[in-house]
Amino acid sequence: MTKKQKKVLIRIIISVVLIAVISLLPVTGYLRFGLFMIPYLVIGYDILRKALKGIMNHQVFDENFLMAVATIGAIALGDYTEGVAVMLFYQIGELFQSYAVGKSRRNISDLMDIRPDYANVEKENGELEQVDPDEVEVGNVIVVQPGEKVPIDGTVLEGRSTLNTSALTGESLPREVEAGDEIISGCINMTGVLRIKTSKEFGESTVSKILDMVENASSRKSRSENFISKFAHYYTPIVCYSAAALAVLPPLVSMAFLHIPPNWGEWILRALTFLVISCPCALVISIPLSFFAGIGGASRAGVLVKGSNYMETLAQTSCVVFDKTGTLTQGIFAVSAVHPSGITEEQLLEYAALAESYSSHPISKSLQKAYGRVIDKSRICDVEEISGNGVKAKVDGKEISVGNDKLMKKLGVSCEESDEIGTVVYVAVDQKFAGSILISDQPKATAAQAISGLKKMGIRKLVMLTGDRRNVAGHTADELGIPEYYAELLPADKVSGVEKLLGEQKAKEKLAFVGDGINDAPVLSRADIGIAMGAMGSDAAIEAADIVLMDDDPMKIVKAIRIARKCIRIVYENIYFAIGIKVICLILGALGIANMWAAIFADVGVMVLAVLNAIRALSVKKL
Amino acid sequence: MKKTYKIDVDCANCANKMEEAAKATDGVKSAVVNFMTLKMSVEFEEGSEPKSVMQDVLKNCKKVEDDCEIFL
Repeated sequence: MTKKQKKVLIRIIISVVLIAVISLLPVTGYLRFGLFMIPYLVIGYDILRKALKGIMNHQVFDENFLMAVATIGAIALGDYTEGVAVMLFYQIGELFQSYAVGKSRRNISDLMDIRPDYANVEKENGELEQVDPDEVEVGNVIVVQPGEKVPIDGTVLEGRSTLNTSALTGESLPREVEAGDEIISGCINMTGVLRIKTSKEFGESTVSKILDMVENASSRKSRSENFISKFAHYYTPIVCYSAAALAVLPPLVSMAFLHIPPNWGEWILRALTFLVISCPCALVISIPLSFFAGIGGASRAGVLVKGSNYMETLAQTSCVVFDKTGTLTQGIFAVSAVHPSGITEEQLLEYAALAESYSSHPISKSLQKAYGRVIDKSRICDVEEISGNGVKAKVDGKEISVGNDKLMKKLGVSCEESDEIGTVVYVAVDQKFAGSILISDQPKATAAQAISGLKKMGIRKLVMLTGDRRNVAGHTADELGIPEYYAELLPADKVSGVEKLLGEQKAKEKLAFVGDGINDAPVLSRADIGIAMGAMGSDAAIEAADIVLMDDDPMKIVKAIRIARKCIRIVYENIYFAIGIKVICLILGALGIANMWAAIFADVGVMVLAVLNAIRALSVKKL
Repeated sequence: MKKTYKIDVDCANCANKMEEAAKATDGVKSAVVNFMTLKMSVEFEEGSEPKSVMQDVLKNCKKVEDDCEIFL
């Protein structure tokens, strides 16, 4: 409890005791009134003061005003106990609310607390100095001990360790780093000491960007939140005028038309009850809290949501469009089959890898990786690149040609054409066909599972867009179970493709585009909601997307939609529940069935339940 | 220019009121109050002096919600 809350608690206790004592005293008249004013002022002085200030500052209709009017009214009608008790219960409710909200706020903030407190900077004489991460300059050397957070992005100079990235990605699988590797702030160093050369300032580091994003997320307000602020704007004045009407009209009607006594006291009391019931706290507090908890829970699972509005859009998604390379597939080319002709598999790979060793093309890299041994460059000479076709080189005195079918035709080598899906590299030794190597991109392990998960949760339309060749795209789509795909698209074609799909959507359905962030920026911003994946360390993705998946796992798309749907469901539950109970209580109050006590209990009860319900949005583990 | 300040306020509705008040202050281009993180981020108009503007923001906020604080 904070100091403020403790003070309120003490005031509550004092007034409870005072009310109990005074109720037992056999006093009447002005003395009784005077005695009851003591606990009333003890418990309500700040409410009265705020109400008065509100009136002076032309901010009339707020809950302080409502409470002041209701309690003063009750006292004026001679119902001292009721007036004081209502103020007392109101304060208890407020205290409970501020405690519950404060506690949940701290819980959520703690979960998201990946901010490093300090950095150990290595000084010129080799000593370590603990400084604020903000003070570390680019190029400084910092040391991270086991158990500490990596404070700033950089490159590992020395050391080998295992990193826990779960705070960033929600993934418990540790990541290995060693000298020369890039390292991202926010990870926890688990096993070894690391010396890191910083490559960014703290403010530009991954951890700052993520924190900034999550903390500012609730500033992009969702439609439900906007609805609530509009609702509150009209609601309070309407309730006040209705209460005034309730106090004045029935007695006037009774007098003028029914010729029965007006019974002013009874109707004014009902009007005051009506005012007490009307406080919209439960709504005003629980809706933003639900979104905050949902966004907090999502970030814990490695899904960064940039605003409450995106939560809402994501929950309404009915069409998901994927980029292929890097999103559904690993985006890494690997040798998947070797078909030698006349020589051994190993020899074929060796020739191909050696001949291609001067090239930095992804295909050459995957050949070298499959070869797996150190390349002895002295064996290679006379390398000649044939642009668009391949490479010719002398290896161990033999003339090796490595390239596509066009190269083979050019050389007049007859080859066995392969119709496998992927990139086929043909190899000729001394103008004679020696075999072919298939290089292809593999789908991610969880891609098929993610697609079937999305289908199961009722996503109506799944589409894949890719710049890759038609047969490759078709193969991947079949393998993963994606019914619709468009291949051989340029980046601009992707945008028009998404626009066409957007045009086919029904009014309340939303389209999400999932890409790997770096080259998909235009499409990410064109779709209703852009999801960038594998974004750890990629600034472009964090900038362009509305939702950022911190690791490469396509299953996170399914999870993100589930989290969003749960959060929105909770928001609507709270809206219907709170407004429903309010309306029922207002009617009961107007009919004289519910008295002020019941009104306060209803108000506090609804608020507590709504807050507890909102907190449910935080738990996303089982989704 | 954009700056973020820590604030203290008791209820979500009061936070909304503070946001409105801050937005209406001269020299403030836009303002966002985040009740959950208890932070106010203010974007200032070109050429205005954040320090003096924030004094006005604080004054205006106090007007609508007596019980609030901005830690300048």
